[in-house]
Amino acid sequence: MKRISRRRFLRYGGAGLLALSGAERLAAWASAQEPTIPIGVVYPLTGALARIGASIKNAVDLAAEIVNTPHPELEPLVLARPAGLPRLRGARLRLIWADSRGDPATGRAETERLIERERVVAVVGAYQSAVTATASLAAEAKGIPFLNPESSSPKLTERNFKWFFRTGPHDVTFTKLFFDMMEDLKKRGHRISKIAILSEDTEFGATAVGVEKVFAQRYGYEVVATELYTSPPASVEAELLRIRRSGCDVIFGQNYLVDAVLITRTLKQMRWFPQGLIVHDAGWVVPDYLQTVGDDGNYVLTRVSWALGMGRRKPLVTRVNDLYRQRFGTDMDETNARSFTGLLALAAAINEAGSTRPDAIRQALAGLSLPGRQLIMPWEGIEFDFRGQNRHAAGLMAQILDRQYKVVWPFSLAEADIVWPAPPWERRG
Amino acid sequence: MDLLVQAALNGLLLGLVYALVALGLSLIWGVMEVVNLAHAEYLMLAMYATYWLWALGRVDPLVAAPVVLPLFFLLGWLTYRVLIRRVLAAPMVSQIFATFGLLFFLRYSAFAAFGPNVRGIWQSHLAGSLTVGPWYVGVPQLAAALVALGAFALLWLFLNRTKTGKALQATAQDRVVAQTLGIDVEQMFALAWGIGIAAAALAGVFLMPFYQVSPTVGDAFLLIAFASVVLGGFGTVAGALVGGIGIGLVENVLGALIAPTFKLLFAFAVFVLMLLVRPQGLVGE
Repeated sequence: MKRISRRRFLRYGGAGLLALSGAERLAAWASAQEPTIPIGVVYPLTGALARIGASIKNAVDLAAEIVNTPHPELEPLVLARPAGLPRLRGARLRLIWADSRGDPATGRAETERLIERERVVAVVGAYQSAVTATASLAAEAKGIPFLNPESSSPKLTERNFKWFFRTGPHDVTFTKLFFDMMEDLKKRGHRISKIAILSEDTEFGATAVGVEKVFAQRYGYEVVATELYTSPPASVEAELLRIRRSGCDVIFGQNYLVDAVLITRTLKQMRWFPQGLIVHDAGWVVPDYLQTVGDDGNYVLTRVSWALGMGRRKPLVTRVNDLYRQRFGTDMDETNARSFTGLLALAAAINEAGSTRPDAIRQALAGLSLPGRQLIMPWEGIEFDFRGQNRHAAGLMAQILDRQYKVVWPFSLAEADIVWPAPPWERRG
Repeated sequence: MDLLVQAALNGLLLGLVYALVALGLSLIWGVMEVVNLAHAEYLMLAMYATYWLWALGRVDPLVAAPVVLPLFFLLGWLTYRVLIRRVLAAPMVSQIFATFGLLFFLRYSAFAAFGPNVRGIWQSHLAGSLTVGPWYVGVPQLAAALVALGAFALLWLFLNRTKTGKALQATAQDRVVAQTLGIDVEQMFALAWGIGIAAAALAGVFLMPFYQVSPTVGDAFLLIAFASVVLGGFGTVAGALVGGIGIGLVENVLGALIAPTFKLLFAFAVFVLMLLVRPQGLVGE
């Protein structure tokens, strides 16, 4: 038997190891050369809404990471198991972020830049309805799919756009929740007939006001006051004085963060609170709201598209939130859960399309059918109607109780009992 | 009637805060005819100072005032020494661009340092409200208004009862004559900046218990301060007081009576009307 000398052993072994590490490096290099799919993402990253923009960015980045790397522990979440998009040979998503500054003109310009310069194959954005309206206009003109996860103006999907898709619910769906809930409350013996509306005055607020008035008429309620203001207001005292005098039973609100805090504090100073303060999320669900007003935020009722409390019935929600929490130190919120879902829906469509051609992606979006169990939302799934609106998008009503958002309606899905009417300030602990 | 009184009450209290913000703007204009477009940014910085004192050391705004005030007096003084002095002889346009640049510098420094988040304090000693018959008065608003009144009284005493104050007035009336009389005009200018910025800072400190700060908070106050100065009369201390209260009342009373949506419209309609009918302002000469 020929003895292998130590020197030769080292030489051969060393060469082998070297080759192995070289091959690994080569493989890594090859995989880096795999085509990536550029996707434009437009959100308010600076300006008054930057706080929300930052949390949306976290969620969208996490969604892209889940698509790009294997996350078998998150089954059955859509595209969690494979690395990249299987039908595009594992191609990864490459997010290109643009800052709308919360401004419709900037949002549009940035979208144009993403499409023309960065050659993105689709665009996701843009939180505020007003910005989504202009940004999607740019995408429509260029023939690039625009997916909107969280803007709630119903008008967005009434424009007969060919390239516009919205996964989340809109104000008509949401506002119907308010009235259906009030009808259920009336069945429990509560008397509710007069509504006052306090709203900011851009696309988001003004459109919601219109929808609320239509529903009020349809359901037989009287709108006794409508007060619009420009956000952020220096004060909302004049508005609330008029609302108090109107003798309303409930206030409907569309308000951003500064406004929401101001409204809460002013109501407390006035020592007055309606039977119910029912609001469209926005500023009322930003974590800073409760941090600033503390217990004074209790009993506010807000529509939500998502709540952490759903995790009891849908463990996937908790698992995704745990990963998010581990990464960013906070919980997901009902806004960025929608953004997260929007990006996943787009990724699923691109995968279905098996192509990065915009028209192929558009077709795949139009024919997309994602079952609810693959999502973290309380929806039956994602399927777009001919307007590009997800026909399964729906919402829940949550109430702030002990500084937590608890799902209280529909009663069948409630995790806590609704407190109605809200107790007056004197009787709050 | 209840509504009217309550709205007037709210307007009066808020108007006094507006007046305090307008005071510095008016004083600086009065003494050296410089429009400080960055004025509300100092208000913003003072709000941040108050916020951080509270957030890091749980220092109540009531206690923070004596700390923040001298700091901002110094900051105003420095602004004059470092920047304004150099453009004093330059054309008006250059001065406007200088303070406009300062506005952006301060605002985006705040963005860089504190981020864009909206921040508010809670658990201040100044909280809650008092009830008087059918009306209510917010305690933090009342405190801010009283402090503003106090500041105006002190300033009036300073301007009319002290030698330095009189020298400041003399400088405002005619800086050449003041100089020949041996008044150090440079010092007076710096003093006006110190007092003006400190007044805005005082407003910022007492706004914090009921308002929230972000780098763009100045927007809500700068235009209103301008309107107040025009309404009351350019360059006079009394004008700022009258103008601020006037704008606060117009905004709240007409807002509550007609439609709050248009409250800023009312305020600026009065502003335009005043420019047309009495350009020197309510108490101007």
